[in-house]
Amino acid sequence: MRETESARAGRGASAASVSRPGSRYGPGGPTRPARRGGRRLATWLWGLAGIVAIALIWEVYKLLGPADGVVIGDARVLPRTTDLAMPHVWDMIARLGEPVTRSASAQPLWLVIVLAALSTLGIAAVGWLVGLVVGVGLALVMQRWRIAEWGLLPWIVLSQTVPLIAFAPVVKSWGSRVEIGAFEWQDWMSVALIASYLAFFPIAIGALKGLQSPDVIHEELMRSYAAGYWQTLVKLRFPAAVPYLLPALRLGAANAVVGAVVAEVSTGLQGGIGRILIQFAGQASGDPAKAWGPIFGAVVLGLVAAGSVALLGVILGNYRRTEEAS
Amino acid sequence: MSAGAVTAATAPGRPKGMGPRTEATLRIVAPVAVGLIVLGIWQFLVSVVGVSDYLLPSPVSIIEELIASWDSIVQATLITGTNALIGLVLGSILGILLAAVAARWRPIDRMSAPVVAMLAVVPIVALAPVLNSMFGADSQFGRQAIATLASFVPVFLNTLRGFRQTVPVHRDLMRAYAASSGQVLRTLTLPTARPFILTGIRIASSLAVISALVAEYFGGPRGGLGSLISTSAASSQYARAWAYVVASIALGLVFYLATLGLERLLQRHTPQARRRP
Amino acid sequence: MSEPVTQVAAVEVRGVDKVFETRSGNVQALEPIDLTVAAGEFVSLIGPSGCGKSTLMRLVADLDEPTAGTVEVFGKTSRRARLDQEYGIAFQQAGLLPWRTVAGNVALPLELHGEASAARASRIAELLDMVGLADFADRYPDQLSGGMQQRVAIARALAERPRLLLMDEPFGALDEMTREKMQTELVRISAETGAAVVFVTHSIPEAVFLSDRVVVMSPRPGRIREIVAMRLGAEAERAERTEELREERVFFDMVTAVREALHGGSPIGTGARGVETR
Repeated sequence: MRETESARAGRGASAASVSRPGSRYGPGGPTRPARRGGRRLATWLWGLAGIVAIALIWEVYKLLGPADGVVIGDARVLPRTTDLAMPHVWDMIARLGEPVTRSASAQPLWLVIVLAALSTLGIAAVGWLVGLVVGVGLALVMQRWRIAEWGLLPWIVLSQTVPLIAFAPVVKSWGSRVEIGAFEWQDWMSVALIASYLAFFPIAIGALKGLQSPDVIHEELMRSYAAGYWQTLVKLRFPAAVPYLLPALRLGAANAVVGAVVAEVSTGLQGGIGRILIQFAGQASGDPAKAWGPIFGAVVLGLVAAGSVALLGVILGNYRRTEEAS
Repeated sequence: MSAGAVTAATAPGRPKGMGPRTEATLRIVAPVAVGLIVLGIWQFLVSVVGVSDYLLPSPVSIIEELIASWDSIVQATLITGTNALIGLVLGSILGILLAAVAARWRPIDRMSAPVVAMLAVVPIVALAPVLNSMFGADSQFGRQAIATLASFVPVFLNTLRGFRQTVPVHRDLMRAYAASSGQVLRTLTLPTARPFILTGIRIASSLAVISALVAEYFGGPRGGLGSLISTSAASSQYARAWAYVVASIALGLVFYLATLGLERLLQRHTPQARRRP
Repeated sequence: MSEPVTQVAAVEVRGVDKVFETRSGNVQALEPIDLTVAAGEFVSLIGPSGCGKSTLMRLVADLDEPTAGTVEVFGKTSRRARLDQEYGIAFQQAGLLPWRTVAGNVALPLELHGEASAARASRIAELLDMVGLADFADRYPDQLSGGMQQRVAIARALAERPRLLLMDEPFGALDEMTREKMQTELVRISAETGAAVVFVTHSIPEAVFLSDRVVVMSPRPGRIREIVAMRLGAEAERAERTEELREERVFFDMVTAVREALHGGSPIGTGARGVETR
């Protein structure tokens, strides 16, 4: 849901005017060739400097800002600066190492967060895989039959622009009530369903754009070789789709994480990062730094999900040669 | 080779023997047909197969519920819509300003780019609970801040890209005219970047609505669409929950169409095809 | 379809015309055309933009279908000939798959048609040797110059030893010096393989240097204005054509002949010279 633009670009003829994907997320993105090791290190350092700058702004405002925040009219436009509202950055980090509760047997906070994040990551991965299968399947159908593209693509594009994730709480009601034979609908499946649902749109559109991306000259070459549909698919369309598919997969991964976290919150599923986000925020009045832990966890979760796809991009490097050149 | 060029433009894809006019008709008929078929199957599943209410209420009962609780739906849509709008406006302004700064000063660019790249893949709504405690639990500001952050990302990325689109020949021309930096900004940089900025805002419009709505699931004051959807679902009023879902879809569409209209309006004179979205 | 008796023609075009249907109405790309290319013959199609020379070649390749008339390749329908892989083809752009190495690109048609991998490897080596790229087998297309890419494309077109080679301005995007070198190599290769060639070009010297016959076409709608036989040497002497030929009197005479055929009748202006872009 983050990049509706790819949707519009996917429409038939306009695809030709679309830039090669890849550079979308700036220098931090994984599309740069690995050989520029030095520049990559510099990018990381600058990014680190950016994060430090944000932390500095936080602390400086906390130091100088009024205790009750800045209120204009009825609206508080800048937050309160009390330790309760804005804990120190070092407190947030230190809190990660402390036990999650006061009880002697409690695990440290970071461990709880990591376990919760892993659980969410697992669900998001299932959702992503389902989204991948459905998305690529739909893209294949749309690529093969123009009429299917005309019938389906407008709906896919449209549904990216509306908050369909709103129906997450409704899916909760499916839990433990749907039984098909020996198969019983589990609560986590509701979460995975929503995750897959969000992941599927960018993947379907990216895959379609990719499958349609081969130059006319390459398609005619395959025709002159009397290559059939499947041969053309394997030798030409899938390889050509890689540069389009990778950003779509990364977006899909990010969306799956967002979907999983939101769905965990709205369905009240235990064990994931979404749940502890809410739970620890509830304890913020007594332990403000603790509420930040799951947020860091969610950030890392999103980065890990997107980063895994980037890893895939490194493996498929040879299929992205045109991307580097442009 | 004009004939060859014609083939390349029209032949691939269009099924054999289909004229351009048939194509134009089918492009409209096909999606409408798909929509009707889905609605039909939906109604069929509910009224004939007997899928239970909690799984999927029938379209008819959703419409009934939509009419029955019209007032509260409008109320809730206004609350969520206002949050989204404030977020979109603030996020767009911030995005454009910071992009301008980043385009001008390299260190800012190098510091902000990775952070924004991170923002693009992390679940921003996770901030909702702490924002609620930072700004007070009775305030809508936390949601507006989430919507602001979410809109900021695509506007910033697109604007920054737009600022980098000036072609060398134009820059050389400006240099040859000895144009001042203000003049360059007004006559070259901004017009070049404009389509990109507008595209960024259009993407942001959907994100603003989605984030404003989803942020409501994370606590804070009641009354918006998101909180009403979860309350209705929790109290087993599924048709009503779906009616709110329909309202939020409508809200999303309004935002999208408004920004799309804005884009079309301001871009009438620019050739659309040249533009890299 | 009659059985080939003795020497069946490589290409037999009879009464072919082509009308394109577009949004703004129908475009008559070709008026009924008759043309025969003998086996082993090198025929160039030359003419200004829009004269339908590329369209004609595409009809032979069965990339488009004629509105009327028949196209036969070695006595088969063009479709059958495509399915039987009777021809190899090269376009103006090399059209190499960027994710495959040079060897991988040349291997593509062989892979598609189920050639065993050992036979494939030896054939690739042979082909790369022929086009002088033996040392570049493991390079990727983006690491090659335009001329080298085009040589890979020619090797690829020759991979299955076709008896007919279709070339649509294969040297159109190259600089003049590379272009002349490639022409000389093409003459050598076509002499070595004995394949018939249908060669689409804008360049009069190129057509004259390469061809046994030059088909001069005129535009809107495309038709054959004149077929000029080259006196530079029959097939047997093709291998004799060398760089020196470009400076001989007879070469200039033929250039003049084609030029007059091109410009004769209507004022064509500069149309014949510009480089077409797809």
